[in-house]
Amino acid sequence: MAQTAFVDEGLDHEHGHEPQGFIAKYIWSQDHKVIAIQYTLTAIAVGLLALVMSWLMRMQIGFPGSLEMVDQERYYQFVTMHGMIMVIYLLTALFLGGFGNYLIPLMIGARDMVFPYVNMLSYWTYLLSVLVLVASFFVPGGPTGAGWTLYPPQAILPGTPGRDWGIILMLVSLVIFVAAFTMGGLNYITTVLQARTRGMTMMRLPLTVWGIFVATVLGLLAFPALFVSGVMMLLDRLLGTSFFMPAVLSQGEMLEYSGGSPLLFQHLFWFFGHPEVYIVALPGFGIVSDLISTHARKNIFGYRMMVWAILAIGGLSFVVWAHHMYVSGMNPYFGFFFAFTTLIIAIPTAIKVYNWVLTLWRGDIHLTVPMLFSLAFILTFVAGGMSGLFLGNVVVDVPLSDTYFVVAHFHMVMGVAPILVIFGGLYHWYPKVTGRMLNDTLGKIHFWITFLGTYAIFFPMHYLGFVGIPRRYFEFEGIAFIPDSAHLLNEWITIAALVVGAAQFLFLFNLAWSAVRGRPSGANPWRSTTLEWQTPETPPGHGNWGARLPIVYRWAYDFSVPGAAEDYIPQNRPPERDAPGLHGSLRAEGAAP
Amino acid sequence: MNPLGSLGAKPWLQPAQDVPAWGRLPFAPAQVGLAIFMAVVTALFGLLAAAYLMRMTLGDWRPLPEPPILWLNTLALALGSAALQRSSTLLRRGDPARASTAFVAGGGCAGAFLAGQIAAWAQLDALGYFVATNPANTFFYLLTALHGLHLLGGLAAWARTAWHLRSAPGARATRLGVGLCAAYWHFLLVVWLALLALLMADDAGWMPAMHHGAGTG
Ligand code: HEM
Ligand SMILES: [Cu+2]
Repeated sequence: MAQTAFVDEGLDHEHGHEPQGFIAKYIWSQDHKVIAIQYTLTAIAVGLLALVMSWLMRMQIGFPGSLEMVDQERYYQFVTMHGMIMVIYLLTALFLGGFGNYLIPLMIGARDMVFPYVNMLSYWTYLLSVLVLVASFFVPGGPTGAGWTLYPPQAILPGTPGRDWGIILMLVSLVIFVAAFTMGGLNYITTVLQARTRGMTMMRLPLTVWGIFVATVLGLLAFPALFVSGVMMLLDRLLGTSFFMPAVLSQGEMLEYSGGSPLLFQHLFWFFGHPEVYIVALPGFGIVSDLISTHARKNIFGYRMMVWAILAIGGLSFVVWAHHMYVSGMNPYFGFFFAFTTLIIAIPTAIKVYNWVLTLWRGDIHLTVPMLFSLAFILTFVAGGMSGLFLGNVVVDVPLSDTYFVVAHFHMVMGVAPILVIFGGLYHWYPKVTGRMLNDTLGKIHFWITFLGTYAIFFPMHYLGFVGIPRRYFEFEGIAFIPDSAHLLNEWITIAALVVGAAQFLFLFNLAWSAVRGRPSGANPWRSTTLEWQTPETPPGHGNWGARLPIVYRWAYDFSVPGAAEDYIPQNRPPERDAPGLHGSLRAEGAAP
Repeated sequence: MNPLGSLGAKPWLQPAQDVPAWGRLPFAPAQVGLAIFMAVVTALFGLLAAAYLMRMTLGDWRPLPEPPILWLNTLALALGSAALQRSSTLLRRGDPARASTAFVAGGGCAGAFLAGQIAAWAQLDALGYFVATNPANTFFYLLTALHGLHLLGGLAAWARTAWHLRSAPGARATRLGVGLCAAYWHFLLVVWLALLALLMADDAGWMPAMHHGAGTG
């Protein structure tokens, strides 16, 4: 096929001159590395807000009434904002805007994203969406308390907290976020497709890039559903239209709505909401694969199968959305279909887990902090996935839905597991970003508190769910069937949550302190194969590669190749002239899927 | 080797001295970017269409009469699309002067289309078809507004390209830009035709849910 020559190999004119001055370099920057850091720091900042809200909620549940400021309304507002921020403004933004921006160009051997200006706009639009969201804390009535799913009709009916302003700002913020994501997403996809350096075929991409790539495709197709439902609900709220609003009697008054369908909203929302789970999972899968391979000094097992599994999960995630709506009622045949596809997703997911385990098998495992987080991720993901199998079943889902079993399940799979990967990734790539190592002791303390602590928080919740404790409840006073042990458990969970939360400040301290005082890392502290570690400067300079782009000669996982001088061969290391047959044939058996 | 065709590769077996073909698509990044953007917009309008069809069946749907001016607007949009295509062809043939004329005409047609859409809104409003009186009305305003906004965004890109066409008519980037504008115009024309069909369909009796006034109103 014709090769195109749009991106030349040398220093092309756009990158010939470096922007001068602090503002051009660090504020209005079009450099993907700066934008990545901006995304990351912003996401962490809103994430802290969500963390503090989880403390306040836990205080109320563990020690009811201990904080005067947490009344029933506030509790609902915290549940909503905590959930929404964690899922969208933290995880999605951090994985794609943060890791995606930093790693894609470096890992594929490009000088930057293909549309740097749009990339910059993407960040500032994201920041705007965050500011609008935060503004909702300061408007009369406060933020919306409708639950992160924002189900109508409650979301916009009088009586729901934040009905006046909060819900409007929430929806506006989401719509802006979708615009920001689309600008970023166009960049990530086009860059992966069209800016790979010579020799970097799709099947030589590190799995991190594959995960981010497919997650972005999912996002680009799924976020329009959020956009559409957001705009439609805004119209219902502001202009009194009836997309989602049935005729309702509220506080003795007939409202002007009629004939709308709350179910329509649920379909739109979950058409976005389920892929969203994979939008935060797939980059995590990719990153974990690379971390495991690097820190176990072993090639990833079944690379091709891993890629296909990512693609399969991505495809399937669009045909399962209605499993969130079993309790909303639907045709039983549809129920069967959605239950079936939901269970099918377990297959490619299980393949990935087996391949991770087989990669570790007889590897030279280094228990570095990134490795610890990766191992913890696998455990957590498996544990959370197991409970998901229960919930994927219509019969089992019905009694358990809306109990703490669900809270435990989704926190394990889409809360804790992705967060563990994020930490692993931050510890792993921090040396490339700053040129310094994070402090190892602090890292290990942070890891153990976070890992054991999250289990202390979320494991007991399964039990609370079996007992039947409902979620989204402000208090449980006077509910007869709740045993005393549940109250004790709730106190324990709250204490664990406070400790885990506090440990995160240790991490933040480490981030800041090591940037100045950390041990200098050199270019490739983990002796890794992928291109981002082979840049001429660390941190990489403007344009990433100096005068010439790297050329890729091999796949991303040449660890412990028999006969090689070192236990890793970078992707851009040219073949040794004297040992032409070395690569491949010797290792074929061990690696084939 | 295209990206999908390469999924069967076994990278761990490829000898290191072999630098295989890139597997890039034979298009400029901007072309790929636009194609992806159009896919996103298709998803957006596809979901709206699905919502439209679902909402339509709920009984309170009363179709609104599409103002005849829509046909005129459709014509303007089609002419704009043709003009931009003509401009792109002329530019490739090395006739920047006539290409510019056609390019400006293409933008003008889009402007006329938008003005016509606003006129259609004014007519409906004058007849008492307000946004919130019936979901059919709401969808009409919502779909036309979103489509119009996408065209407005296109006009921003069009203005930038028009400026390039003046300052650097021979540049490859200019040729690319004109081609992209033309492609986007075609795309929005197709979207508009689909929307128009959707909007007309409810009172042409093609759809099952057309029992006027069956709901509570
Ligand atoms: C220390 C960590 C965390 C703690 C202590 C915590 C605590 C809580 C609590 C108490 C609730 C409300 C439960 C209820 O009343 O029904 C909740 C809900 C929720 N959390 Fe977390 N959470 C944590 C981390 C996360 C993370 C990382 C995510 C990211 C996905 C997340 C996503 C959610 C979601 C989506 C909801 C549901 C909101 C709703 O019901 O509308 N949480 N969390
Ligand atoms: Cu789901």
